[in-house]
Amino acid sequence: MLSPGFVLFLSAAYLGLLFAVARFGDARADAGKSIISANVYALSLAVYCTSWTFYGSVGRATSGGLSFLTIYIGPTLMLLCVGVIVKMIRISKAQRITSIADFIASRYGKSQLLAGLVTVIAVVGVVPYIALQLKAVSASLQILFQTSGGEFLPGMIDSTFIIAALLALFTILFGTRHLDATERHEGMVAAIAFESVVKLAAFLAVGLFVTYGMFGGLSDLFQRAAAAPELARLLQMDSSRAGTWTALILLSGLAIIFLPRQFQIIVVENVDEAHLKRAVWLFPLYLVAINIFVLPLALGGLLHFQGQDFNPDTFVLTLPLARGAESLALLVFIGGLSAATGMVIVETIALSTMVCNDLVMPWLLHARWLGVGERKDLSGVLLGIRRAAIILILLLGYIYFRAAGEAYALVGIGLISFAAVAQFAPAMFGGMYWKQGTRAGAVAGLLGGFAVWTYTLLLPSFAKSGWIANGFVEQGLWGIHTLKAQALFGLSGLDEISHSLWWSLLTNIGLYVLVSLYSKPDAVEAGQAERFVDIFRHGARDTDARLWRGTASVDELVSLLERFLGPFRANQQLAAYAAAQGVSDWHALPADAGFVRFAEAQLSGAIGSASARVMVASVAREEDLGLEEVLDILDEATQVRAYSRELESKSRELEAATAELREANERLRELDRMKDDFISTVTHELRTPLTSIRALSEMLHDDPKMDLVDRKRFLGIIVNEAERLTRLINQILDMAKLESGRAEWTTSAVDIGEVARDAMVSLGQLFREKGVTLEGEIPENGPVVLADRDRLTQVMINLLSNAVKFVPGETGLVQVRVMSNDIEVRVEVVDNGPGLTLEECNVIFEKFRQGGNTMTNKPQGTGLGLPISRQIVEYFGGNLWVESRPGAGAKFIFTVPLPASEE
Amino acid sequence: MKRANPMRQRLAALGLLGIPLLTYPLLSLPTGEIAGIPASYLYLFGVWTLLIALAAMVAERRGK
Repeated sequence: MLSPGFVLFLSAAYLGLLFAVARFGDARADAGKSIISANVYALSLAVYCTSWTFYGSVGRATSGGLSFLTIYIGPTLMLLCVGVIVKMIRISKAQRITSIADFIASRYGKSQLLAGLVTVIAVVGVVPYIALQLKAVSASLQILFQTSGGEFLPGMIDSTFIIAALLALFTILFGTRHLDATERHEGMVAAIAFESVVKLAAFLAVGLFVTYGMFGGLSDLFQRAAAAPELARLLQMDSSRAGTWTALILLSGLAIIFLPRQFQIIVVENVDEAHLKRAVWLFPLYLVAINIFVLPLALGGLLHFQGQDFNPDTFVLTLPLARGAESLALLVFIGGLSAATGMVIVETIALSTMVCNDLVMPWLLHARWLGVGERKDLSGVLLGIRRAAIILILLLGYIYFRAAGEAYALVGIGLISFAAVAQFAPAMFGGMYWKQGTRAGAVAGLLGGFAVWTYTLLLPSFAKSGWIANGFVEQGLWGIHTLKAQALFGLSGLDEISHSLWWSLLTNIGLYVLVSLYSKPDAVEAGQAERFVDIFRHGARDTDARLWRGTASVDELVSLLERFLGPFRANQQLAAYAAAQGVSDWHALPADAGFVRFAEAQLSGAIGSASARVMVASVAREEDLGLEEVLDILDEATQVRAYSRELESKSRELEAATAELREANERLRELDRMKDDFISTVTHELRTPLTSIRALSEMLHDDPKMDLVDRKRFLGIIVNEAERLTRLINQILDMAKLESGRAEWTTSAVDIGEVARDAMVSLGQLFREKGVTLEGEIPENGPVVLADRDRLTQVMINLLSNAVKFVPGETGLVQVRVMSNDIEVRVEVVDNGPGLTLEECNVIFEKFRQGGNTMTNKPQGTGLGLPISRQIVEYFGGNLWVESRPGAGAKFIFTVPLPASEE
Repeated sequence: MKRANPMRQRLAALGLLGIPLLTYPLLSLPTGEIAGIPASYLYLFGVWTLLIALAAMVAERRGK
């Protein structure tokens, strides 16, 4: 049973839960263990979905079909422009920006006028939106109370007022914890993310309940709607509204970053730029999820309440109640409460910062008679102002809600609000990407756009509510038809939002560009323009220091900081700054440009950049640099940056060249060493046969009486050694030719089988002498490769003569196998000799390395045959290697690729 | 000079792609219904979700 008391108790309990979540978030933040993860950040963006989404989307869908989706497609597309958002975040962190008013003011020379103007536009545009949230809460409470049959609370206490008061309390507790408005409110963000989950869950629950509980699923619902003529219209896209569709996408795309609450959440509360990577898809996914059941709910409501008196804006509540699902209705109510409170809390924080820093502070600082200028510690006053602003804004919202009631001025405020903040777009985008944009241009654009918005959208909404005469809408101002508020200069056929957006943005952009082009920025503006537009390039802040010249005293600046930040926080920040500068005690800091900037940045965080500039200027005597000089410094800085980039790239090139040279040098040295090794080995190898020839010749020469048998034997050895010497020299020459690439090759089609057979025949005698069996497994018409026939024969003979050298006599067996597959020919020479160790398998292919133990056995070859063979085979694109184990014979294998087939 | 962040550029390209896909005149193409659900409803949510899925793939890609 839903008694009013129970519903109110539940609301209070839910708000209590929010307090607990926020408390937890703040406690974790204080402990240095932030709970703001990428997911929490993405969910907190969903503060975009207010009660206007939660209740109002269904209402919009009952009249406009799917057109309500534009409000969510725009943000999806805008978020994909991550570069813009990252730039906003970077600038805001570097400049310690606390609100969108501060952002615009800071860009255009820290102008108090601009800050105030933006604040006024934001307050006028957004306070009614806050009122709408309160109205939604009030309306949902009323519906629940109606079902319970009960009356309002005894004593006629207004429950909406209680909720507004609780929200003010929450916002004060969690929104003004720190004086420094650039400090994040992690507890508040956590609570907002939590609320986002609650409202999504509630909306999905009621969507599923209606679609699958009350109707037979999506297709059943659509079928029944299609059968009803007045509903079928909602299912079709209406291409006559194409202009409106696009305009609304543009409008909502701008709103997602320029609504004060969105700026607060996306930019000010951002912990880590990397979180954007998640938000860029998770938040749009959230939007898809919360919108899937909007149209089904609208159709379900229209079908169910056909012929009855109903309000489509409350379908999400009345549909479950109509089926008696009271607990679901309660969940929906809590979801709606989440949507409303989330928006109210963040918007109020954002607006109160703006009101305090950009409206109240300048006035207080100017009003000397108040004595504020002399008071010692202003930090308490500042917090007081901000809290008062929160209460004031909520009170304004509440009063507007009470005064407007069911008036159109309240119901239609959602998009009107969006159109108001869209006026910030030219000054924001221009400020971030166009250095020439000036303060005068921004002021003119904002004023013009705001005026057109007021005339074409805000005032007509008052007129529709019957608050003012509607003559200017119906007949035009002073009866001039071209001035009709919603068909300006005869522009008709658009809906009022597109009409207003078109004219206001035209005026805004036109004035901004035109006035900017014909006005000169002052020195501060030019400096700020540079810092904003080139934020990604301003790594070092060297120019910052040079852009300020004057005299200041540390004591005066410190006392300024103490007055606005409070002594404790001021000391903390000073100590941190001193540590960063490498100075142990901040009293020793010089009052240089860097320190002045630091002080100004700290003050900016507390009272906004415009007021901070005024305060710093009041204690530091700044020399006016003049525009020319500032531009010179900036130019110089740009040039220096360009030069240093050039230098960097040159030095990188140099480094690369040096590394290459070093590598080449290494290679040369290695080659040189190899050459030395080769020469010493060659001389050694040549000396061995020479020595034996010489020794034997000397013996023959010295001993004429040597008998014939010995003489013959010696001469035989001499001949053999001389042959060996010739062979060696030939092979060395061969090797040198191969290595230097000067060898002559005659490539032709060669039948490998034939080569193998020829080699076996020519060495047949040698095998027979030693009694070694030679077997061949060679196809009749062997595979044909493109190679040099003589060279291949050389390889074959080398492998065979190696084999016959190492196999034992009589029992020796050498087999030759030739086979081929699709890509290559494989030739194997297998022996049953003593085999090779793994190490030997590798070294025998090195020059002058021979198989067998060279210490005990007389070398049997030149040690160049295998290296040469390998060179030859590799020249033809093949491989030569050996597979062997000690005691198991050796298998020499070489491959030669087959010529690529013609097809 | 540092090359502009490729991930940001890919995402922005997706955003630019989304504009023609989710506005007229392409929106007037899907007509009729599929399995009892209006084609325009399926098209809007389908393209929208697809864009988000692509964005998620681009944004969450590990590596450089």
